[in-house]
Amino acid sequence: MKSKSLLIKGGHVIDPAAKIDAAMDVLLRDGRVAEIAAPNKIRASAEEKFDARGLIVAPGFIDLHVHLREPGQGYKETIATGTAAAAAGGFTSVCTMPNTAPVVDTADWVNWLRSPERGAVVNVFPIAAATRASQGQSLTDFSALQQAGAVAVTDDGKPILNDDTMRAALQLGAELNLAVVQHAEDTRLTEGCSMHFGATSFRLGLRGMSGAAEAGIVERDVTLAQQIQNSRLHVAHLSTADALKAVRRGKRAKARVTCEVTPHHFTLLDENVGEYNTHFKMNPPLRSIADREAIVAALSDGTVDAIATDHAPHAAHEKQVEFERAAFGITGLETALALAISQLHREHKIPLTRIVELFTSGPARVFDLKQRGSLARGSFGDVTIFDPKKRWRFEAARSRSLSRNTPFDGWQFTGKVMATIVGGKIVYLAD
Amino acid sequence: MTTPARGSLLGIEHLETKEILRLLQLARRMNPQKARPLLRGKRIVLLFYEASTRTRTSFEFAAKALGATTTLVLSSGSSIEKGESIIDTGNTLRAVGADCIVMRHPAAGAPHFMAKHLDIPIVNAGDGMHEHPSQALLDAVTILKHKKSLKGLQATIIGDIFHSRVARSACHLLTRMGVKMTLCGPPELVPDVAATLMPGLRLTRHIEEALRGTDVIMLLRVQSERLAGLKIQLQDYIARYQMTAARLKLAKRDAIVMHPGPIIRGLELTAEVADCPQSVIVDEVRNGVPTRMAILARALGRA
Repeated sequence: MKSKSLLIKGGHVIDPAAKIDAAMDVLLRDGRVAEIAAPNKIRASAEEKFDARGLIVAPGFIDLHVHLREPGQGYKETIATGTAAAAAGGFTSVCTMPNTAPVVDTADWVNWLRSPERGAVVNVFPIAAATRASQGQSLTDFSALQQAGAVAVTDDGKPILNDDTMRAALQLGAELNLAVVQHAEDTRLTEGCSMHFGATSFRLGLRGMSGAAEAGIVERDVTLAQQIQNSRLHVAHLSTADALKAVRRGKRAKARVTCEVTPHHFTLLDENVGEYNTHFKMNPPLRSIADREAIVAALSDGTVDAIATDHAPHAAHEKQVEFERAAFGITGLETALALAISQLHREHKIPLTRIVELFTSGPARVFDLKQRGSLARGSFGDVTIFDPKKRWRFEAARSRSLSRNTPFDGWQFTGKVMATIVGGKIVYLAD
Repeated sequence: MTTPARGSLLGIEHLETKEILRLLQLARRMNPQKARPLLRGKRIVLLFYEASTRTRTSFEFAAKALGATTTLVLSSGSSIEKGESIIDTGNTLRAVGADCIVMRHPAAGAPHFMAKHLDIPIVNAGDGMHEHPSQALLDAVTILKHKKSLKGLQATIIGDIFHSRVARSACHLLTRMGVKMTLCGPPELVPDVAATLMPGLRLTRHIEEALRGTDVIMLLRVQSERLAGLKIQLQDYIARYQMTAARLKLAKRDAIVMHPGPIIRGLELTAEVADCPQSVIVDEVRNGVPTRMAILARALGRA
């Protein structure tokens, strides 16, 4: 096969893993980073060139938490449409959640997800179910799932509630060096709830989920992670100040505890639900201002390991219903970077290097994705090129996702993905 | 998404004060026994997704008193049972010629959702734990039959405020009219966050404190099954919050006792209180019809 090469010239490279924050050229060849050097220092010829003047060149973004809905729910999203949306959002790798129909709880389904027939345009890393059919009873075959390519296990959408089951999952995960991802929600406390418990839920007459329902599970899990040597706990879509305290406790104790935060939780508040707008209904729900402040602080100080979208597409008929009956979740792949730049960088002055870290080396470390999340020579040729100053308007109608359930329709953003490169190939170019 | 059709009544919270005043004035002028047929030829659908006795009948009598045709659609025994969505049901009713839909639904916000998708007025007859605007209006009408004005009064709501749409609507309406409101009950039924509903709302756990100097006492039904879920002892509730003749003496001498019904004698109130001269519980039911006549006349632009 003929070798393919692409030279990204004139850009400003931010690669937190390699501690690079400087003008650099990057040469990709045969799907890998062949060379990274000061401007105009790369002598090797390239078949293709990308003019990155005025743009940031970063390692390909990794999203630890997406729902691509296949198998079984292709009317919401397919791997082809979901990964196209990922590419448009600058993500070169996505980790898919197993709460599909059926649940991804066997090696066969992991293989199915990774098959080229699915038409993925970015890397797909399946996360498999931690328990059979995610029923929370008996553990799946972690080893077989891992060998098939699963990068972690979870029962996302539901918590692993039972203490003994969670302990066993962390134990088995420790033996295999596999992270257990927890959807931290004490569902015994959240039955019938459709938003955060607070002034807004009271006013709207909706049952609310308390912050304690999340924090309680995180506290228990961190304690278990501290007890079980080598276990790896990853807290999905963390949304409360109290859960952050528990994560900090675990990190201080040198337990292998990581967590992710979504763009909507660092941007929006429970009050944005307004008058029952179902595009603001997700689980975990939008929280209080104190929670949001704590999250922004934790994104800044390093407590949070990754920004993950929890991209959760739903068909119109699943959202165009009474608020209490509407499906939980919003799409998020195409707006994540824009929200991070608009909210975290411009509003809260978090440096771009830290934001890039939260999209690249941060998530790569969480699931131990080797040779991803950095542009060091020899790494996979996954690159995200963005313009941190470009103003643009997001229009849901033009989304690559099959679904339109976003609260950000019509939002004016600063910061736009200009090109997404996977394995040395350009898979997305902004028009 | 569109704005609700003119004449819709979805809640008190976002209803303009002048509209509240207009409805109260209109309600006091309505007489079910000798009403003009303002709504002759109008078709009003009573769409009930949840059980109701007094609200349903009084809306029906109100509509008929004004000459309208009514039809009752219940979630059981209709297409709703087969899984039809609320918008599709609304569009169907619109297509068969409904001029107005009076709607009760167990989900908060359901009438608001319907109103966004239909071009005919929607009247909220109770949505989940959210609002019950016609009840708040008829309560205000009832108070005004016993007090000169709402402004300057003190009113106390005692009981399960958390689950109560009646309480939310009453708070919005009475506060707006200048009534000083106090909420009273155990934290499970009156969470601290209740005080955030509007500025100036007072919250207390002590019934004696709540009653002192009050002009209006509104009691709410206690659902024993709900209490069980919240791990409160019924006997404790009765001991601390039941309205008794002795406690009634703490309120102003001319205080009135209200209750949206159904009442459970021996639980939130004693039979003695329910039947005492200060009790206006039956009055409230009676005022339901003229109040709902006013709401329907306004809904259909005949007021």
